[in-house]
Amino acid sequence: MTTPKITARNVSVYYGATRAIDDVSIDVTQDEVVAFIGPSGCGKSTFLRTLNRMNDTVPSARVEGEIYLDGEDIYAPSMDVVQLRARVGMVFQKPNPFPKSIYENVAYGPRIHGLTHAKGELDDIVEGSLRRAGLWDEVKDRLTDSGTALSGGQQQRLCIARAIAVDPEVILMDEPCSALDPIATAKIEELIHELKGRYAIVIVTHNMQQAARVSQRTAFFHLGHLVEFGATSDIFTNPRAERTKDYITGRYG
Amino acid sequence: MSGLSLVILVIGLALIGWLAGRMRAAAFRRGSTRRFSSQPVHHGWFVALWTVGPPLVFLAIWALTSPALVTDAVLANPAASQLPPPGFDRASILSEARSLAQGRSYGAFHELARTLAPVYAAAQSRFDWIASGIALLLAFAGGAFTFTRVGPGFAARTQVERVVMILLLTASLIAILTTMGIVASLLWEAGRFFRIVPAWEFLFGTHWSPQVISARDPGASLGAVPLFWGTFFIGAVIAMVVAIPFGLMSAIYLTQYARASTRRWIKPTLEMLAGVPTVVYGYFAALTVAPAVRQLGVSIGIADASSESALAAGLVMGIMIIPFVSSMADDSLSAVPAAMRDGSLAMGATSSETIRKVLVPAALPGVVGGVLLAVSRAIGETMIVVMAASGVATLTANPFASTTTVTKQIVDLLTGEAEFDSAKTLAAFALGLTLFVITLLLNIVALTVVKRYREAYE
Repeated sequence: MTTPKITARNVSVYYGATRAIDDVSIDVTQDEVVAFIGPSGCGKSTFLRTLNRMNDTVPSARVEGEIYLDGEDIYAPSMDVVQLRARVGMVFQKPNPFPKSIYENVAYGPRIHGLTHAKGELDDIVEGSLRRAGLWDEVKDRLTDSGTALSGGQQQRLCIARAIAVDPEVILMDEPCSALDPIATAKIEELIHELKGRYAIVIVTHNMQQAARVSQRTAFFHLGHLVEFGATSDIFTNPRAERTKDYITGRYG
Repeated sequence: MSGLSLVILVIGLALIGWLAGRMRAAAFRRGSTRRFSSQPVHHGWFVALWTVGPPLVFLAIWALTSPALVTDAVLANPAASQLPPPGFDRASILSEARSLAQGRSYGAFHELARTLAPVYAAAQSRFDWIASGIALLLAFAGGAFTFTRVGPGFAARTQVERVVMILLLTASLIAILTTMGIVASLLWEAGRFFRIVPAWEFLFGTHWSPQVISARDPGASLGAVPLFWGTFFIGAVIAMVVAIPFGLMSAIYLTQYARASTRRWIKPTLEMLAGVPTVVYGYFAALTVAPAVRQLGVSIGIADASSESALAAGLVMGIMIIPFVSSMADDSLSAVPAAMRDGSLAMGATSSETIRKVLVPAALPGVVGGVLLAVSRAIGETMIVVMAASGVATLTANPFASTTTVTKQIVDLLTGEAEFDSAKTLAAFALGLTLFVITLLLNIVALTVVKRYREAYE
């Protein structure tokens, strides 16, 4: 087993007095896709958002426990959140391209982080990111069009391109296909396969087939607890916990 | 019969109708097990509304037409044959006669007015009796007719509902119709002005001094360009230089940085500023800011710095507009989906980068629309400039020089002694019309922009 990219130890998250996540410990390695599954409100998205400190934007949220990225405590006072989020990118449930051109959407990250020094370099990054997101051929002739004019699936791939343009180490995906039709979903899943290995990927999904198709390991959350975490094939064919079995067989959720 | 007692009488009849309708309906309900579409009270209201409605509509129309009828009757009298031909003299004799007849004055300049007064009074009272008769007849007819309709099968409830709808519609139309009336009178008076002074001389002339108007060429001293410039300079330039940055920044602070508890008191405080009477801002401009601005001008070497400078009026106007701009910008920024902000933050952008590069550009159309609305308010603003701006129209871009505005000039033209058909007085209507057209266009453009923008995020 390789050294983990992300290590979470005894993480609890509170919204005010309510505990949304209770004592969760998890490892994610560099070259795998990990899926978080569980019924609505089980805390899987909340936990995902602790991994790049997006919960900081919620005033009432409080995180206990430790989360390490390459052995560095991301909740340490010395941690620069801006740098952290550049290393741990995120794709949201609803495609949220900025109301700017396709080119500017992808160039946004490299620009704010000052990754390039020449226009040519930026062009290369934009093209490379769009290619890796499988969108280049569809948009190469209309890079100046607004990102919001694309179809839902294209918008989501644009958001993925935007995330990988800053060359992150981890990509967090929060139900990236829940707003998309089956064909667009298939494209995103294909894309996840291609991105695997280059980036550690954590995907939250409602769709158990999707978890089975894209991930190597799956974590099942229920009521803020991590019930079971193991190889995806085991979770779906041979779950250890009763609750996992009930969930994947459709007893609830 | 006086108008008031007539109205009271009609309302009394309506009350009787209400009671009668209700009692009749209650009577047929008694002992019946059927379900009725209407309660007794609906029948009561139905009768009452039909008692009071027709006479009131009649009286409203009558109030508009009866003066002309009375005058016609007076003119038909043999005593009126001595009246001068239609014109100013004739109108003034008639109006004196009317005042005498109605007991509003006791003496008259014209002998003829005294002769005509009794004729006037007789005609007036004759028509009053006719009107009262018709009104009461309508009240009786409406009440009696509807009273006969009251019965088990009659759906008074839906009828009352329809009347309520018509009442509400009338209420909303009154504001619209009044505005249209005002615009019509503005157009009419401005039209009279443009018969004296050609429109192009007024719109493009650069010399404005209504105090000295030559009878031969009134247009020469009624060129409104200095006023338009002054209005634009104070309202759209100086005031906006103050209001846009402060309004926008306060909106950004309130939407992005302020904690909920801070926002809870800052926002109402800002909105309270919008409720300060403009005359109070006027004092502040005239008594505090204007002298300070003049001193500043003198101290930086502008010898002719005026104590009625464009800068003073514009600064205070800008401050007055800040809450307005802030609240428009606040709305636009809040309308940007939170996903935009999260997306940018998740890319590792800081809050201020997110605001500058994503939120403000996304909210820009709404902000621009808000600024246009603010401009249209600023150029229509009167009290501050009346108190702080100068009456002298100068065409200058020096903010320390005295400048005047359209609204200030309208006030000046219409106060003091003036004949009501001179070019000077009529110019006020032409100015009013121009201002109205400009603010109307600004509002249309602004609301279109804001609406488009709203649609983009829905």
